[in-house]
Amino acid sequence: MNTVALELKNISKRFGDKYANKNVDLTLERGEILAILGENGSGKTSMVNMIAGIYYPDEGEIFVDGKPVVITSPKDAFKYKIGMIHQHFKLVDVFSASQNIVLGIKEAGRYKLSEVEDKVYEISKKYGFHINPKKKVHEMSVSEKQTVEIMKVLYRGADILILDEPTAVLTPQEIEKLFAVLRRMREDGKSIIIITHKMHEVLSLSDRVAVMRKGEHVATVKTAETNEKELTEMMMGEKIDLNIERSEPVDPQDRLVVENICSKNAEGIPVLNNVSFTARSGEILGVAGIAGSGQRELLESIAGLYHIDSGEITYNDPATGKQENLRDKTPLQIADLGVRLSFVPEDRLGMGLVGNMDIIDNVMLRSYKKGKSFFLDRNSPHNLAMELIKDLNIITPNEYTPVRKLSGGNIQKVLVGREIAAAPSVFMAAYPVRGLVVNASYSIYNLLNKQKEMGVAVIFVGEDLDVLIELCDRIMVISSGEITGIVDARNTTKEEIGLLMTKARKGDNTDE
Amino acid sequence: MIITFLVSAIKFGMVLLFGSTGETLTEKSGHLNLGIPGVMCVGTAVGCAAEVIYFEACGGKLNMIYPLAVFIPVIATLLGGALMGLIYSFLTVTLHANQNVTGLAMTTFGVGISKYIIAVVDDYKFTAGAKFFRMSILPFSDALGDVGKLFFSYGILVYLSIIVAVLVSFILNRTKVGLHLRAVGENPATADAAGINVTKYRYIATCTGCAISSLGGLLYIMDYLNGNWEYVIDAIGWLCVALVIFTIWKPVFGIFCSILFGVFYVAAEYIPGISLSDKEIFKMLPYLVTIIVLIITSIRNKRENQPPASLGINYFREER
Repeated sequence: MNTVALELKNISKRFGDKYANKNVDLTLERGEILAILGENGSGKTSMVNMIAGIYYPDEGEIFVDGKPVVITSPKDAFKYKIGMIHQHFKLVDVFSASQNIVLGIKEAGRYKLSEVEDKVYEISKKYGFHINPKKKVHEMSVSEKQTVEIMKVLYRGADILILDEPTAVLTPQEIEKLFAVLRRMREDGKSIIIITHKMHEVLSLSDRVAVMRKGEHVATVKTAETNEKELTEMMMGEKIDLNIERSEPVDPQDRLVVENICSKNAEGIPVLNNVSFTARSGEILGVAGIAGSGQRELLESIAGLYHIDSGEITYNDPATGKQENLRDKTPLQIADLGVRLSFVPEDRLGMGLVGNMDIIDNVMLRSYKKGKSFFLDRNSPHNLAMELIKDLNIITPNEYTPVRKLSGGNIQKVLVGREIAAAPSVFMAAYPVRGLVVNASYSIYNLLNKQKEMGVAVIFVGEDLDVLIELCDRIMVISSGEITGIVDARNTTKEEIGLLMTKARKGDNTDE
Repeated sequence: MIITFLVSAIKFGMVLLFGSTGETLTEKSGHLNLGIPGVMCVGTAVGCAAEVIYFEACGGKLNMIYPLAVFIPVIATLLGGALMGLIYSFLTVTLHANQNVTGLAMTTFGVGISKYIIAVVDDYKFTAGAKFFRMSILPFSDALGDVGKLFFSYGILVYLSIIVAVLVSFILNRTKVGLHLRAVGENPATADAAGINVTKYRYIATCTGCAISSLGGLLYIMDYLNGNWEYVIDAIGWLCVALVIFTIWKPVFGIFCSILFGVFYVAAEYIPGISLSDKEIFKMLPYLVTIIVLIITSIRNKRENQPPASLGINYFREER
């Protein structure tokens, strides 16, 4: 009896002239959970996509049960009993769970949803799921949607399951439930590949860990015989010491005073509730909180982009020494005062940059109103674009390349660089390192630090608590639109911030 | 009087029912076909031309016989409509052209070419076929008086329109083909990942939908107008698009909603002493109620009553 369920031999995949995967060898045993660990861009997803039939490898062979196979589409993958649960769910909103599950299956006989529902119930009982086959997907929570995705794969009889970062969107309790299900599947003899970059999940769940780096498979080790430190070093390829140079704030002065601002969203639900804080010059104020707790609305209301119902935002202009009330001003006037927002939304290009325009034009978006001439001044934006490319090490063929063709880190550098170039006095950055590899993240942190040293009041909304604690001077914690605490970053712990983050208000913790 | 009014309203309603059933089928695949007025014009003109050819082939009015005089134009109309659907699908699916632009171009193109076709053929020759379309197929209509008149006095196409609406509804909601089609219109990337051929479904749904819609035009010209060509078919096409919204994409609702539209549309003719300008207000009512339905569904914001999520959006596999 062959114990190897799946084997990759010498698999390579190129996009353009860049290797996404290079000479990858990988084996997956029957009845094991294999974790794949690696940084963003290390080729984890492209590798599993080749197994699932979404990409086709340029070189190399895939073996299922010892036999060479050709997988050119998700359909082929199903034929070899391989099923993938994508990070972004592929579900039809208006369909019920069972309609989604049965979608695309060619079975003989009549189409009867009640039979599907029975079978779904059977499978869910076997592995300990909770699923309501009649429930519509748009009424489901994220975790329920994921359950439907897993059920889709099981319903098709998959023996090899691939989960692409399944825990990214789940709460700790939901993660435990998911892991219990996965362990039960392992006992049932199924093989599971799970992509994650959360170290403690790897250690608690998997049997073996395959580490990827820069598209190559570094090693596969038994989980029981390794530890966090060793895995990190394999992932990074070297012992890297990630330290952020934090200087003491020089002569901090109140630059921006926010008092009691309240705001409701379109549905009338309060998103900001009595928010008060002060941002000081020469200081980085971190903002921590669970995603969607009102960080975006807070920054946008300072920038004049979001309507606030009550409260005051006062800005002390360092140039004139005057106090300005930002609530009376238009976004353009606020930006001219030197209050700059660089918001990196989930899709990076959504706000701030125009994907199809080149760096020069994107720089010009901030400056085209300047000057009296009827025609556009293209020279100064061009010079600035060249400067940005040089100073920030933006990797681009030339300044005329549409920004959407750049890598995530370089796009973010263009965005942050453009705002910094305007010599701001208040600089707000939301998730500026989202989706970036470690090196690129640190170059962004250095940019923020430089601004701080120049006496700018920096407000930094971040996701990684470790980074917030290392980078910021003070950390403000926001929970459901309320400030639950402002702590000194030099004397705080992750636990303290974590507690403040979940300090619920009135117990009505509605999602979104 | 009231019976004549209702009969006329129902007949007109069924013209719209064909149009909206076809358009619903098309929209369920994610194609917002604004070319439906043009499609109806072309399909109808081709049907009329076929009737003329039959007229000439069989040697005149007296030799025309019942099933053939209806059957030939119906088939020709279906083919004409499907051909327009094919052009539309080729442009939007294969060449990725913008759906709105393509649809509007199809409308202008279709209206123009149908005028040309009608100008070329002798219209009295297809007018001769009209009586076959108006012929009651159910023998007991006269015996039942008013009830018979109201329910059993119509030509074959009126009944066909209801059968088609019920059939399309059944396919959409009760079969796997329908499930797959709705998945294509809602979320083509998901359908594609599930192994459903998005291109095939969009082509077939659009061509079938256009063919069904075209029958509305034929019913209008041959039955409702007794064989008189009138170019207002394209105005009826827009009514059909409105009706699709009014029925919140459910063909069975269409049976009743289309009669309501018919009542609004023909009411003015049966109100004595109404001025010409007031007549136009009545003709506007269908659009007004459509706007009201849009307002109500938007306020209630129930996911099931919304258009297919990918309506009007072309699908490129590379973008997944």
